[in-house]
Amino acid sequence: MPAVIANIMRAGPGLGNIGGAQGDYMQCTRGGGHGDYYLITLAPSSVQDMLDFTMLAFELADKYRNPVLVMADGFLGQVVESVVIRDRVKKLPEKRWAITGAAGRPKNIINSFEMNPMDHPARIKLILQKFERMQRNEVRYEGLNLEDADIVLVAYGSVARSAMTAMQEARLHKIKVGLLRPITVLPFPYQPLSDLAGRGCKFVAAEMSGGQMVEDVRIAVGNRNEVKLVNSWGGVPLTADEIFEAIDLLA
Amino acid sequence: MDGFEDMIFGRPEVMEDRPTHFCPGCGHGITQRLIGEVIDELGIQERAVCVASIGCTVTAYAYFKVDGLESAHGRAPAVATAIKRVRPELFPFTLQGDGDLASIGTAEIVHAAARGEKITVIFANNATYGMTGGQLAPTTLIGMYSASTTGGRTVEQSGYPIRMSEMLATLDGPSYITRVSLHNPANVRKARKAIELAFRAQLAGLGLSFVEVLSMCPINWKVEPVKARQWMADNMIPQFPLGEFKCIPEVEALKKAVKG
Repeated sequence: MPAVIANIMRAGPGLGNIGGAQGDYMQCTRGGGHGDYYLITLAPSSVQDMLDFTMLAFELADKYRNPVLVMADGFLGQVVESVVIRDRVKKLPEKRWAITGAAGRPKNIINSFEMNPMDHPARIKLILQKFERMQRNEVRYEGLNLEDADIVLVAYGSVARSAMTAMQEARLHKIKVGLLRPITVLPFPYQPLSDLAGRGCKFVAAEMSGGQMVEDVRIAVGNRNEVKLVNSWGGVPLTADEIFEAIDLLA
Repeated sequence: MDGFEDMIFGRPEVMEDRPTHFCPGCGHGITQRLIGEVIDELGIQERAVCVASIGCTVTAYAYFKVDGLESAHGRAPAVATAIKRVRPELFPFTLQGDGDLASIGTAEIVHAAARGEKITVIFANNATYGMTGGQLAPTTLIGMYSASTTGGRTVEQSGYPIRMSEMLATLDGPSYITRVSLHNPANVRKARKAIELAFRAQLAGLGLSFVEVLSMCPINWKVEPVKARQWMADNMIPQFPLGEFKCIPEVEALKKAVKG
């Protein structure tokens, strides 16, 4: 089913404290539910992104007939910024499977149950094939100052903004730092990170969690180069100073 | 209380010696104080367990000198059920708002009540989701302002408010269900008696006891604190009538023990 789901992450378990965090990364990308399924997961870093990515999410949901997650944090959830409203979507794929009343066509059933259990694997295979197409076609990220970077910061959401400040500070100190900001955390930009590792870059993963996105960075980099984690937790923001310190130690 | 033999009014002993943080005119401070008085009166401070809800009542753990176990949104009756069944010598009571009990918590309270779990539920009904800024709740009145119905609740958009006490009274499990209000001193005293009777019902090993307390939330109602109590009496009581909806004979028999 196409759907757009927004998860505005705050420090778990979320029973009263509302500070922003990024501790649901694993739940969003590795599945918080039953079975083999994958949701394209978009990570906005600004209010403009919140608008743009939500509209994109509806388009992708229809394109793949799949739910799409917009994953932000509690700080972005409270921030007020001005936005430019983009053009509306004009053309979406036809939904011949939709429930519109079986008038003049065979019935459409939307369910997950198969009367014949032997029909179930084929259904799952369709989902796995969808996931392969998502991985090939939907990776999105933003790269800043990567051309000559020795150290690559990897950060998303509101942390990407602190990371940008840290990067600028580092450049003033003549440390060649770049930033790779995943826009889709699923499918994750493994290939560009792997390419940078091949070039000899070291990595600093910055996130507001106990260390979740860093594992995807390690998958991309493998044993080749150092991947350092700098993080905050419990609803407290990760500052540019803290990120800069981590860069400085690595440089 | 040393050297205060003549004191006739003070902070209940079971309440922490600290000011509460509630908004001006909020009903929670009153309800919690009444619970505190009853715990003192019945001498159950060492057995009582507070299971508050999510919302402004989640702060109750800071105000009572009793063990407390946080529950997820709406799930306090389930947590209290576990406490009572595993440790029947303890005295769990829940403290829940309407955005908790009458919304995400409807399954929990209906089934705890239907099973006649020997717990006590204090339901603070202020017709709003207070902690998050006053959004529409299941007990918000038709025509009432809320942050998500700024033009007033309409039937077409949001249906009708729920009368929890009446609904639960159709079940055989509960022993005592009543609705009280905090809009003036006479009714605050009735509320105290109802809470004490509900606690006595649990002490007597009877089925679920339930007190719905109509409570003020002036900030989110956008009514001045000094006018909120009268506003509540004028607007909420017609929708949520006061009185008893269930009182089994064994609870009737306990009434003479309740302090006047």
